[in-house]
Amino acid sequence: MANPHALIEGVAISSYAIRSSFAVIYVRGEIVHVIRRLQQAVLDAYAAGHLGKDIAGSGFDLDVVVHAGSGAYICGEETALLDSLEGYRGQPRLRPPFPATHGLYASPTVVNNVESIASVPAIVLGGAQWFSSMGTEKSKGFTLYSLSGHVKNPGQYEAPLGITLRQLLDLSGGMREGRTLKFWTPGGSSTPLLTEAHLDVPLDYEGVAAAGSMLGTKALQCFDDTTCVVRAVLRWTEFYAHESCGKCTPCREGTYWMVQILQRLEAGTGTEDDLATLLDTCDNIFGRSFCALGDGATSPIVSGLELFREEFLAHVTGAGCPFDPVASTVFAPAGTSA
Amino acid sequence: MALTDQTRAEMREIIARYPKPRSALLPMLHLAQSEEGHVSPEGIAMCAEELGLTKAEVGAVATFYTMYRRRPAGEYHVGICTNTLCAVLGGDEIMASVKEHLGIGHNETTEDGRLSLEHVECNAACDYAPVVMVNWEFYDNQTPATVRDLVDGCRAGTPPPPTRGPSTLCTFKQVSRVLAGFPDGRANEGVQAGPATLVGLELAKERGDRAPAMSTTDKDA
Repeated sequence: MANPHALIEGVAISSYAIRSSFAVIYVRGEIVHVIRRLQQAVLDAYAAGHLGKDIAGSGFDLDVVVHAGSGAYICGEETALLDSLEGYRGQPRLRPPFPATHGLYASPTVVNNVESIASVPAIVLGGAQWFSSMGTEKSKGFTLYSLSGHVKNPGQYEAPLGITLRQLLDLSGGMREGRTLKFWTPGGSSTPLLTEAHLDVPLDYEGVAAAGSMLGTKALQCFDDTTCVVRAVLRWTEFYAHESCGKCTPCREGTYWMVQILQRLEAGTGTEDDLATLLDTCDNIFGRSFCALGDGATSPIVSGLELFREEFLAHVTGAGCPFDPVASTVFAPAGTSA
Repeated sequence: MALTDQTRAEMREIIARYPKPRSALLPMLHLAQSEEGHVSPEGIAMCAEELGLTKAEVGAVATFYTMYRRRPAGEYHVGICTNTLCAVLGGDEIMASVKEHLGIGHNETTEDGRLSLEHVECNAACDYAPVVMVNWEFYDNQTPATVRDLVDGCRAGTPPPPTRGPSTLCTFKQVSRVLAGFPDGRANEGVQAGPATLVGLELAKERGDRAPAMSTTDKDA
């Protein structure tokens, strides 16, 4: 579960499959503990003869570099990652051409998420039939569900694709005492919010899409009834404004102005017209930005307004946020009410 | 501390790791930062010389990425996550409490140069929220009181160890060297995977849940 060698082995097998002799593990720089462990795992793999020249007498060479990023969320976008890895500002490239034909140094390149690569050794060992005996009809296999927020036992839960949030909550101990689920993300903030009504949605690609959201990262962030949705959406929007790379206008300007609007709504100085302006701005970002970061920035706002319009309005008519932020903390004194 | 011939030699080591030299730029900037505590005009000039770029080209990259500091900052750099999940679970209260305790705000440094403060965006540890980073090491499940103790410890030169990772906290410069790709040999120290990382695995063991057995005979291609 915390074994970096599953990833290194996956890198070696995948590189062999595509006849690549150079692989990079690009990892964000703000998590040194993880980087140290990856560096050590790569050193161990070289020492054991699993990487380097003529691996196990096969004639196959592979060098693996652990490359630390420097604080830019956008480098999770594959073409921004490639620019960053070439030593440039991490900004997305125009596609086509796609990385598979023109990637790193304009050479054919495969860019995958580490979770996908780390699942390769098990698939090779167990076979396709074994892997596809798990999961649902179209979403095969297993994955990591990351449960967080106002739940009793946050953490990483590996399960077949298609498990539901209700099942995961039942297994893990549920929401914290005396509170109910208000809203949640199936895959982090760029995936439209869901509510208690979606507890039985199968968490596979098709199931979550049918519910109007996306499976995304499977970061199941769960918020209970003490949480102000306007505050949550504001913070996510501040995040996108901070991480927008600035290359395209809709995302750069749109996220900046949406933060201003949400800040005044949360402070109780917004107007009902602001809600229409927010949706109009989202309309001009979604599908009109250079990459998916702009699209993602609209998800919490559009879904938040769709599901909780009354709560946004209460911020306008009630002169400010009706929630006590202390009640939503993990160290809230017992009995604090929302 | 000024950059030395040793720094230049190490920059060349980094360049040698990559098929094309310019790919080395980000780790080279981490290395410059590990010597000086920030990316100085001198650091930018050295990277430019080694890669055959202009200082403007290197500066354009250095200013894009938030981890490169343009001014000297604290020996201990404190980052408090105030993205939605951590903020809601207590990050906002922690940030307010630390600001008041230290008398500095976001992107400011204490007068003694020991501590700098920053609110950070998601640090990929929502299952340990609220999360605080010092020199990019994890301090999990924090409260205003634990973080006040943490920053007091940093100020006194006796910081508590990170929740996961090395058994003592490294300085900002030491950590920057690891980011430049020079391992410090401390990968196996301390807690490797925290309880939230393993909670699903423990639960599966307790319940006897397993993936279907792999067949040894009918493995298909």
